[in-house]
Amino acid sequence: MPSVGRLIVPEEVWPVLNSVKGLMITLASTVKGLRKPITQQYPTVPTPVKPRFMGFPALTWDDKVPEPFCTGCMVCIRNCPTQCMSATMKDNPAQAEGTSSRRKIIDFFEINLNRCILCGICVEVCNFDAIVMSHEHEMSTYQRNGDRVDLPALLQVGRKYQEKTGWIPPTVLAKQKKDAEDAAQAGQEPAGAVVTEAVVAEPAVAEDKAESD
Amino acid sequence: MVEVSSTIHPDGQSVELLLNMGPQHPSTHGVFRMVLWIDGEKILGVEPHIGYLHRGSEKICEGEQYHQIITLFDRLDYVANFNNELVYCQAVEKLMGLTVPERAEYVRVILCELNRIASHLLYVGTIGLDAGAMTPTMFAFRGRERVQALFEAVSGARMMHNYFRIGGLKEDLPDNFEQMIRELLPLLAEDIEESDKIITFNEIFISRTKDVGVISAEEAIDYGLTGPCLRGCGYEYDVRKAEPYSVYDRFDFEVPVGLDGDCWDRHWVRVQEMYQSMHIIEQALEQMPEGPVTSSLGRRLIRPPAGEVYVRAENPRGEIGVYLVSQGTDKPYRLKVRPPSFCNLSALKRLLKDAWVADSVVILGSLDIVLGEVDR
Repeated sequence: MPSVGRLIVPEEVWPVLNSVKGLMITLASTVKGLRKPITQQYPTVPTPVKPRFMGFPALTWDDKVPEPFCTGCMVCIRNCPTQCMSATMKDNPAQAEGTSSRRKIIDFFEINLNRCILCGICVEVCNFDAIVMSHEHEMSTYQRNGDRVDLPALLQVGRKYQEKTGWIPPTVLAKQKKDAEDAAQAGQEPAGAVVTEAVVAEPAVAEDKAESD
Repeated sequence: MVEVSSTIHPDGQSVELLLNMGPQHPSTHGVFRMVLWIDGEKILGVEPHIGYLHRGSEKICEGEQYHQIITLFDRLDYVANFNNELVYCQAVEKLMGLTVPERAEYVRVILCELNRIASHLLYVGTIGLDAGAMTPTMFAFRGRERVQALFEAVSGARMMHNYFRIGGLKEDLPDNFEQMIRELLPLLAEDIEESDKIITFNEIFISRTKDVGVISAEEAIDYGLTGPCLRGCGYEYDVRKAEPYSVYDRFDFEVPVGLDGDCWDRHWVRVQEMYQSMHIIEQALEQMPEGPVTSSLGRRLIRPPAGEVYVRAENPRGEIGVYLVSQGTDKPYRLKVRPPSFCNLSALKRLLKDAWVADSVVILGSLDIVLGEVDR
């Protein structure tokens, strides 16, 4: 008698029973599949990406000034795990004219997209909201070196991303959020009594700091 | 290496010969090569060749800063990325004495268990292919695709997430996560059940896998097998239960174990684990608190104190261990990974001895190796 896991079935019944059962399952699944196809016709019908999707990095454009956000501070280059970027900075002529607050501005920027592993560390470490992970991902070329993109191309991709998603600089977003929270707390405090979750969480954070120091 | 010479058998009938399998063979789950020494349909010996995917990850780690290494751990076991990130982050956190925000721990557990399901679904698909069934792959990949879509919404990437950080997470979950996962879970439960029903008790599948590649629990422990391969032998050992890390001690779940230690039992354990993972996710979603998820370190450079630490965790493939030596600088002095796939693969020689050639693919498939992790 074949023992299957914790099931014991007479030998002669087992194959017949199972073949019929297997057929039923497959048939049921097929019928179910016919009703609602799951296949995506990818190259013909483009698949939309999620808002957080990390495509190739691109540089952003400050419409207010107008100039790139990037000052060429090299922090992304130092933090890149694959050393796929290079950049140089120059004195900002717009600052001398008084139209910009940026003392230095990006002069030359190149990303070798073949080396890029799309980790998003550059975006995380950037202090000037200058780099974003765009939604661009279909960028294959026929040359081995064909994926080296320079400043104008990066700004163009960044611009496309900014327009498509209505990008707001993360520092501005964080400030808005903090202001809103402060306003909410200021409004709540006179009413008093309710201890918010944020207040409860604070001692744990303080503890962490003490431990890590 | 096996000696290259063919001799005629005394009975004048069969010939002993060398059969090369891989590294481009589709059933070797990557770039794995076996040299089989066969007599007719019987395997006399096997010589596994690994290293085709060797990238020197451990050595690269010595030249990268702590926050950059997370990207390398994504690429070890590229089917269960979150689980790998988790064990590395835990190693550095243990060295620094960091406590992770409560919410971040729950998010980590949810994502890791989802990844376990995704990984096991891939296994169900590939074992089906190995045993000669095409259909389960389609159903399994449909479920896996759904999980990966959620991962993309959460972390921005389907596979190489780089989402966990030392001391927390990169950012909080998206606002519609609750809604997304509530939509996903019933569909996923359906998918798991379907891929289970379609293959596990299938007559042909059972005859291909039952009593094939049998190994006893004692032998499995001697070979260093962990995870479903060990539990399939009937030995109840799961790091999540034996030495609970993260917040696993707060969940109620069972550790499924097999009976005979053959390919079918290893398969059955994995399928049951998917149901248990669903159970854990549901509990974690209920218990998940609000609060911060990012590290208290902020954006300071991570510089753990000098010392060494060993951390282990339960990956879908078994027990992964990270041994980390720090000298107080911003880069680790040495980082050693104990990959579950590599240790599980060590039993291959023993399992394939005196097996049939046709079973070799099923036995290899039932070990569920990922070559990115074997070769590192």
